[in-house]
Amino acid sequence: MNSVILQLASPYVRSLLVFFSLIALLRGHNYPGGGFIGGLLTALAIVFYSFALDWRQVQKKLKVKPETYIALGLAFVLSSFLPSLFQSEVLMKGVWVSIPMGILGKLELGSPLLFDTGVFMGVIGVTLLFFFTLAYRK
Amino acid sequence: MQYILLIYFLFALGIFILPGWLKKHVGVILALVQTLFFVYFFSKIPEATNGHGIVTVIHWIPQIGLNLEFLLNGLSLVFALLITGIGTLVFLYASAYMKSYEGTDKFYFQLFLFGGAMLGLVLSANLIQLFVFWELTSYLSFLLISFFNKKELARKAAFQSLIITAFGGLLLLTGVLLLGSIVDSYSVTDWLEGAQSIKSSEFYLPGLLLILAGAFTKSAQFPFHFWLPGAMQAPTPVSAYLHSATMVKAGVFLLALLNPVLGGTIEWTYIITLVGVTTMFLGAYFSITQTDLKAILAYTTISSLGILVLLIGIDTTLSIKAAMLFLFVHAFYKAALFMVAGFIDKKTGTRELSKLGGLYKHMPITFIISILALLSMAGLPPTLGFLGKELIYEAKIQSPGIASLVLILGVAGNTLMVAVSMYFMFKVFLGKQGDYPKQPNEKGYLYLLGPGVLTLLSLLLGLSPAVLGDVLVEPALSSIRKEFIDVELQLWHGFNDVFLLSLLTIVLGMTIFVIALYKKQFLIKWRSINNRIFIIEFTNIFNQLLDGFLNFSERNTKRLQHGYHRFYILTVIVFASALLWFEVYVTRNWVLETQFSLTPLYISGLVAIITCSTIYAAIARSRIATIISMGVTGYGISLIYLYYSAVDLAITQILVETLVVVMFVLVLQRLPLFETLSSKLTRVRDLIISLTFGSVMTVLALKALNVEFNHSISDMMVKNSFVKAHGKNVVNVILVDFRALDTLGEVTVLIIAAMGVFVLLKTKKT
Repeated sequence: MNSVILQLASPYVRSLLVFFSLIALLRGHNYPGGGFIGGLLTALAIVFYSFALDWRQVQKKLKVKPETYIALGLAFVLSSFLPSLFQSEVLMKGVWVSIPMGILGKLELGSPLLFDTGVFMGVIGVTLLFFFTLAYRK
Repeated sequence: MQYILLIYFLFALGIFILPGWLKKHVGVILALVQTLFFVYFFSKIPEATNGHGIVTVIHWIPQIGLNLEFLLNGLSLVFALLITGIGTLVFLYASAYMKSYEGTDKFYFQLFLFGGAMLGLVLSANLIQLFVFWELTSYLSFLLISFFNKKELARKAAFQSLIITAFGGLLLLTGVLLLGSIVDSYSVTDWLEGAQSIKSSEFYLPGLLLILAGAFTKSAQFPFHFWLPGAMQAPTPVSAYLHSATMVKAGVFLLALLNPVLGGTIEWTYIITLVGVTTMFLGAYFSITQTDLKAILAYTTISSLGILVLLIGIDTTLSIKAAMLFLFVHAFYKAALFMVAGFIDKKTGTRELSKLGGLYKHMPITFIISILALLSMAGLPPTLGFLGKELIYEAKIQSPGIASLVLILGVAGNTLMVAVSMYFMFKVFLGKQGDYPKQPNEKGYLYLLGPGVLTLLSLLLGLSPAVLGDVLVEPALSSIRKEFIDVELQLWHGFNDVFLLSLLTIVLGMTIFVIALYKKQFLIKWRSINNRIFIIEFTNIFNQLLDGFLNFSERNTKRLQHGYHRFYILTVIVFASALLWFEVYVTRNWVLETQFSLTPLYISGLVAIITCSTIYAAIARSRIATIISMGVTGYGISLIYLYYSAVDLAITQILVETLVVVMFVLVLQRLPLFETLSSKLTRVRDLIISLTFGSVMTVLALKALNVEFNHSISDMMVKNSFVKAHGKNVVNVILVDFRALDTLGEVTVLIIAAMGVFVLLKTKKT
């Protein structure tokens, strides 16, 4: 697409979208958001960026390939089962740890976050794979 | 015991990561491993043959009664020793034989894994577990037969053997499930306890037939025998190991294992005896007219398997004793002969009888080994084979029921065996110099080690059979009969009926041999008679059946999988709306909720916009307009979600809608220009179908208003979301915690879909 404004703006918009997608992922457990929404947002950011520039170039510039995202996603999802496995609990039971952070209160981390990250990456990979295969012939 | 199996599987995998200098000797290394196991099993003889044997139970899924059960008793010990002992010799042989071929890693992997699978089979005391190993051996046999997979014959033979044995395996599984349902267990021990209730059950006969089908296909019994000669396409070590000494005896093992449970009935005796005796005779009958060394050995193997099955079918203590002894006899001489045949093939470049002859000058040691092995095959003294044959005759004479038929066919079969053995020896080693493609020599002691050891054993044990009788045959027999039975074996039985039968056999066999040797026309005529009587070629019938089946399913598949996407969708929608309308009709006594209001007005406006854009999407004349108006519909719906405070859903809907619009635009590039190609009638039909479907969905949505929901599940989730799952967003907690398994499934589906898209679009059309 030959819109100069779009081309100039696209890197910023992309970064902003990726930033928001990470926020969506992290707050997902307590507020609207989550891995699926975050993943879609990131994918959208990259799709938008590729639309403004050139599909092929963007695909080449991507540091992580869609296939890798998919594999990472599955790996994260599966790794989220490990904590429950090590604690000899029912498989996939959420395991939480609480880390005190001084005046900031405390940080609660749980295996569901790993799961959500897996969904996040899986969705990015799948969506990008759809788009990059559709985007050009030959 | 389970550790031995584990070591087998680990070693099999380890073959691939061996460093180069060790890889050269992989055959020898694996042979050493097998020797260690042989020694292990040998050292277990006193423990295993004492009482009930060694039992190991590992609880696997106790909830459904599935345990790993291993049993080492007299019977399984015999097989375990054969598998590891002959395995050792075969691997030594293979290390010489396979040197000149590519892909030996794969070969050793499969062959060694087979050893483990076979061992697992004979050590299993749970029939489901046994089935798993059973199928594993079938599958590895398939891979090993197709080792020369560039040859079409090898591929076909491998496929044939897989279909027959795996099909038999499935029948076996069905039989096991059927009979297992009677005693509610798949453990052999439980079956033994419930033997009476199994035998008196109405499922006994169908279950027995199914299990027998499994055993008969595996052990190449008539009419499933024809896969075994085909299997000779495999490299010779495979033929020696799988298709004569071990795998084909799995059926015999199963029959022996289940004999105390299922045996002792008229059905058992008659079915097995008849099948066994037919196989015994036909195998011997066909073997004499073969011209390929390995084909001769394959048919005699079929005959021997028939004898084993027959003996178990006769089901007397004497016959089982004969079967256990013959197991050794046959394994010794047949494995040796296969290895010799492979050696001759290697050194002369041919296996055709017509091109061989006079080899004794070039291969004297081979000649001596072969004489001993063939003597054993013919059942002549002083080898173990003689003893085996005498015992078999004795068992046949005493067989209840159809003794006369069994005896006549038995004498005929053995006569042919004698003739074949003599003919084999004379045509290969004696007579005038053959016309070999290669000048033979006798280099390579590894080739002769295996056959040498086996024939030596055959000779020594023939001279002092009491060792074998006391140490192995006695416990095996006792564990089948479930009582202690004293076994005394001796070479010379005295001058009695059996000895007369033996003499008769030898004289008749010699006569046939002499005629065959001096009258060249004799065997040719025999062959042509065979062709006339047995017009039915089993392989052909099998292939025709298979082709017919494939054609049939291809036609059916084409009818259903026609490849027109629009008709797939049409079918799905028509069926779905028919079923839904039916359901709506069945549950028609509900009252339509009529309290519709237009407030708040912006929601009503939104609904109006959605409706308009949907209608426009259907009638628009340009694709881009359709897509955009569909987008409008989607965004409108997400706003409605938002109004009902389903925020997560709304965000997702907006994002998906955006992506879908972009995706459609990308797809559009690939489509031809918009044109109306369908006839008016088609469009009317499509309109009716879509209206039917749309209206049923509307009715369903209206009806949903009347449904009383069960709130307990959603209440539970809302209540526990923060307390137990540390999350305030219930939707997310459900996705990643409460119903994480569902999400895992969804992610997997997405990934599979992505792979599908990737493959469909990236694959070039050829």
